[in-house]
Amino acid sequence: MPVQILKEKFTGSVQEVVLGATKEEGGTRAYTVKLGGSSTLPFLQYEGSIPNRPAIAFEIMDIKPEWGAPFEPYYGDVWNDPVAWAKKAEELGADVLYLKLAGADPELENPKSADDCAKTVKVILENTTAPLMVEGPGHPEKNNEVLQAVGEAAAGENIALGLAEKDNYRSIAAAAMMGKHCIIGRSPVDINILKQLNIMITEMGIAPNKIINDPMSSGLGYGIEYSYSIMERARWGALIGDKMMAFPVICLAGPEAWRAKESYAPLEEAGPGWGEQKPRGIMWEAMTAAALLQAGGDIFLMRHPESVKLLKKHIDDLMKPNDY
Amino acid sequence: MAFYMIGERINGMFNDIGEAVAKFDPKPIQEWAKKQDEAGAAYLDINVGPTAADRVKSMRWMCELVTEVSDTPIALDSTNYEAIEAGLEVCKPGALINSCPAERPKIERVFPMAAKYGAKIIALTMDKTGIPKSADMRVGFAMELVAAADEFGLAPDDLFIDPLILPCNVAQDHAPEVLESLRQIRMLSDPAPHTTLGLSNVSQGTPFRPLINRIYCVMAMTCGLDSAIMDVNDDNLVEAIASADMLLNNAIYCDSYAKVFRQR
Repeated sequence: MPVQILKEKFTGSVQEVVLGATKEEGGTRAYTVKLGGSSTLPFLQYEGSIPNRPAIAFEIMDIKPEWGAPFEPYYGDVWNDPVAWAKKAEELGADVLYLKLAGADPELENPKSADDCAKTVKVILENTTAPLMVEGPGHPEKNNEVLQAVGEAAAGENIALGLAEKDNYRSIAAAAMMGKHCIIGRSPVDINILKQLNIMITEMGIAPNKIINDPMSSGLGYGIEYSYSIMERARWGALIGDKMMAFPVICLAGPEAWRAKESYAPLEEAGPGWGEQKPRGIMWEAMTAAALLQAGGDIFLMRHPESVKLLKKHIDDLMKPNDY
Repeated sequence: MAFYMIGERINGMFNDIGEAVAKFDPKPIQEWAKKQDEAGAAYLDINVGPTAADRVKSMRWMCELVTEVSDTPIALDSTNYEAIEAGLEVCKPGALINSCPAERPKIERVFPMAAKYGAKIIALTMDKTGIPKSADMRVGFAMELVAAADEFGLAPDDLFIDPLILPCNVAQDHAPEVLESLRQIRMLSDPAPHTTLGLSNVSQGTPFRPLINRIYCVMAMTCGLDSAIMDVNDDNLVEAIASADMLLNNAIYCDSYAKVFRQR
């Protein structure tokens, strides 16, 4: 007797969001990247469709980051120059470039101005071909100022602007609407606030196919289970028809994994049995990403080139059809 | 699981609709369609009422009117199956047939019709002997209806079982029996059939209609009720349902939960 596979039938799906714009679409990108669109739980291809492969975004900054020794061999030659860094990220296999304008933080000694930021974005766009996401410096007022200038400078390129938060989303939403860009909405690992933020952004007039969610990731060993359960619950909501929980999700696997001592501590400072730093750090980031991939992440912000290789291989395996 | 609100207002039993049906005046019918849409109705019930000279003709006319102004599926409310079929011919797929009792000749007329038009059915836990009092009898009928759905190729999702609530000032002892029926009906199959109630019935003839309606609705929801034929323009009732739906963990909480509940 043939075995009847019990299949869950869902009524909803994750919203599909396109990042970037090609020449025909009014931009200058060589290609666009589609996020989301799934009508089933992660990688259950036999129950629904997973039209878009999870994407890899490389993290780049407009100033030299404090990433230290583990990254010196990889980015040491480029991290003083965001354009060179962006080009290198493309060479290393970035689907998307994620630029954090950390240098505009007003707490710094010589903070960059909104105009400086706009120029940086413009030059990066002129010298690269991948779709771009841009995060402001994190300071509410400066964020608004910077992202407005960036939105104007990148008009037509369909970049993503972030981060919009519950208490500071109006100006960023306006900048996104003006330049016809996407917006990244972030909540502090809180599903209720995330949903409310999505409602407020939508009420501003942003189209659903322009919204990306950053529910904030936690790294492996530092509360990743909270991120996991929130993403899982949001995806379930999306699949049963909750449109305000149906936006593609970005996972901050790189930045979160490398905050953990387990990833960066050199051997002499390592805990018992931890082993060499290099493979340990690479695995820590890859494992963080792998867990968030299972939770339903649509795009992964990554840092270490070797972790990216592992993640890509893992995605290849998971994207193989498993139809019964 | 979502809660399906079925708007009861386009019914010839209401004076304005009764008059409109008698005079073939489209205005009140289309106005109530829009008004119930805005309130978040998942279905719009259409009942030609007692003033229609020709129930088949009036049903078709009313369905066409509502389809013109609304994309919300229609619940065709009639005991005249020719009138229902006339409505199904002009409705979009996904309409709801209201209703069919657990009587064999009627099941054989209605269930294949639902399969043919891609419609769903409100199925009543009663037969020609009337509405039973006990939960056991109600659940027995529900079981026959679930089996009939399978027999005629309908999925449990196509069935809205109505365990029939009566006015509390006439048959108060039915209220807890209906609650117990709701608890058991969701055990009949996996996935379970939907359940519904003609909610306004429970308060018929009392001076506290909105209060009794919303309290009973929330009580019934905790027993598994996932739909009701109701006054969707009663804001307090809709907000009570939105709150219950959220507290049952069917919808993810956010500060605007009651507002988004209405946005289908």
